[in-house]
Amino acid sequence: MIRPDAEPLLEINDLHASVEDKPILNGVNLQVKAGEIHAVMGRNGSGKSTLSKVLAGHPAYRVTSGSVRYLGRDLLELEPEERSRLGVFLGFQYPIEIPGVSNLEFLRVSTNARREKQGKEELDTFDFDDHVRDRLQVVQMDPAFLERSVNEGFSGGEKKRNEILQMALLDPVVAILDETDSGLDIDALRIVAGGVNQLASPDNCTLLITHYQRLLDEIIPDYVHVMGAGRILRTGGSELALELEKIGYDWVDQQLAAEGVA
Amino acid sequence: MAMPDGWLTQLPAPAGTLEPVQRRGRLALAEQGFPNRKQESWRLTDLTRLEALFELSLSDQRNLPSPADSLPSVPEQVLRLVIDGSQDPLQGVTLPAGISQLEGAELQQALGHTLSCCRCASDWPVELNHGVSQQILALRIRGNVPPVELVMLAANARLVPTRVLLLVEEKAELELLQVVSAQGQAAHSHLLEIHLGQESKVNHGLLALGDGQEALLANLAVEQESRSHYSLVSVTQGWSFGRLEPSVVQVDGLASTSIHGLSVTAADEQFAVHTAMRFEGPEGTLDQVQKTIAADRSHSIFNGAIQVPRPAQRTNASQLSRNLLLSGRARVDAKPELEIVADDVRCTHGATVTQLQEDQLFYLRSRGITQSSAAALLLRGYCKEVLDRLPLDASKRWLGGSLQVGGVTS
Repeated sequence: MIRPDAEPLLEINDLHASVEDKPILNGVNLQVKAGEIHAVMGRNGSGKSTLSKVLAGHPAYRVTSGSVRYLGRDLLELEPEERSRLGVFLGFQYPIEIPGVSNLEFLRVSTNARREKQGKEELDTFDFDDHVRDRLQVVQMDPAFLERSVNEGFSGGEKKRNEILQMALLDPVVAILDETDSGLDIDALRIVAGGVNQLASPDNCTLLITHYQRLLDEIIPDYVHVMGAGRILRTGGSELALELEKIGYDWVDQQLAAEGVA
Repeated sequence: MAMPDGWLTQLPAPAGTLEPVQRRGRLALAEQGFPNRKQESWRLTDLTRLEALFELSLSDQRNLPSPADSLPSVPEQVLRLVIDGSQDPLQGVTLPAGISQLEGAELQQALGHTLSCCRCASDWPVELNHGVSQQILALRIRGNVPPVELVMLAANARLVPTRVLLLVEEKAELELLQVVSAQGQAAHSHLLEIHLGQESKVNHGLLALGDGQEALLANLAVEQESRSHYSLVSVTQGWSFGRLEPSVVQVDGLASTSIHGLSVTAADEQFAVHTAMRFEGPEGTLDQVQKTIAADRSHSIFNGAIQVPRPAQRTNASQLSRNLLLSGRARVDAKPELEIVADDVRCTHGATVTQLQEDQLFYLRSRGITQSSAAALLLRGYCKEVLDRLPLDASKRWLGGSLQVGGVTS
């Protein structure tokens, strides 16, 4: 939902970042306002996932220049946990398995960390149990998954549902969903996408990182950005995704070649 | 290298039920001398810490404040026996139906039988126990008996020798928790023999907790007849110097053995777990997972021997050693030792040495959980697999549900 007067939640300016001294992001510029859904598309290796990890504060990625303002403050100076508590959520492309750690306890600890920052009361075990069961409905998830270790033995689809369940519990201001559609069958995709749509509101924003149009059939973005060589090469409306479906990414190579990048 | 000067000669004269055993042990110690690092099983051991044991007092603990006064409560149906090397653990105790004391010729016949079966009767720590143990707790288990909690205490810079013998009869079932606790730079020399009759079942937990300055030498010898089930879950922590040596033999095969261990070391502690499993008949199974956590400058050692001789066809054994290093200065030595002669067997083994996984830490931190809490959660998850297996709710009652590892509560 585009509102010209909406508050900018995330402002990325000329962001450069590298991993193991290899530059991956080479000047990303992006502004996301409240109520908006942005899709970031591009080929493998274009920098999409790196952008999501840099925004979440992954310690393996080093920001070499540029800035990210989140609700008016410098996001990059915050530890990953502080970003989460302030409302930045990263839905992982490959959610991590943590044997021996109960999913329910993990969800409760993380939810309370966020609630404390929101000035809300922490939920005790009983109240949280009610709360999480209510939120399970967002992704139509079996409560049995709460009793298992975090993501351990979950199928690809179950892991992604667990990610959106976390999103539903953490009530983020900025949700960055990294390839949430990968590994999902059509039914699971609809459930996960339905969850994301339910959670989108005029007060928050969503950054969808994806390869395929099929996710964007379910979640209609306000803007579509195409990344290549670590920056955004083109921005359009939802029709851009449909166009990409037809023309592919060859034009990216041509554009980068014309710019002397590739 | 000889035993420390005069140590053997200043021991009290052999006496009591264990007199022949004491003589045997002292003779063996005089002949064997002190272990040296050319011997494979002592190669990695800090022998100066072993020598320090001989500076401890062997006098009994009577008339000293007993740590037994501060033990956690025990569920009503559990038989708790406290062994401190001096008091008779059965004094004033009425044994429940199915549990009886072994005495006289019956005891002499059984004593050492399982050690011989396990081929560990002449091991140095066993001979040390032989030489110094003054008393034995020997019980026969019949039928399905109430759970037993054996609490073994040492304090006040003493070397406390304890010896236990359990004869578990055919089709009997026993849930056994041993809690070995030490404070005040004390040391334990513990020797346990368990004989499992046919179709019997023993669920055995060993929780050994030192205070950082103590020493533990514990040998567990287990002999299984066919169709018996033996499960050992050991958790050790806080020993400046420690050595836990479970030896299990399936004498006729067709039995199942499960060994799960967690050894936690910190500061400059050194703890070694040497397990030995031997199958002497066909179709036996072993499920073994040994975990370690080594923090600070500590050193953790695991040696897992599995012997599958020719008669042990269709043995199915798996052994996994998982080691977690919490510091760049901590050290782990893990060595599986498989000796397989039978040709129709399935034996798997593996060893991993890792640090806390960066991806797991980041995942938790990206959900608002601080670095230290994330590390604690991961450690708790790592320990849980073993802690939850301890019988008699031991993890909750004795540890409050968690361990202190590397400065964090896991």
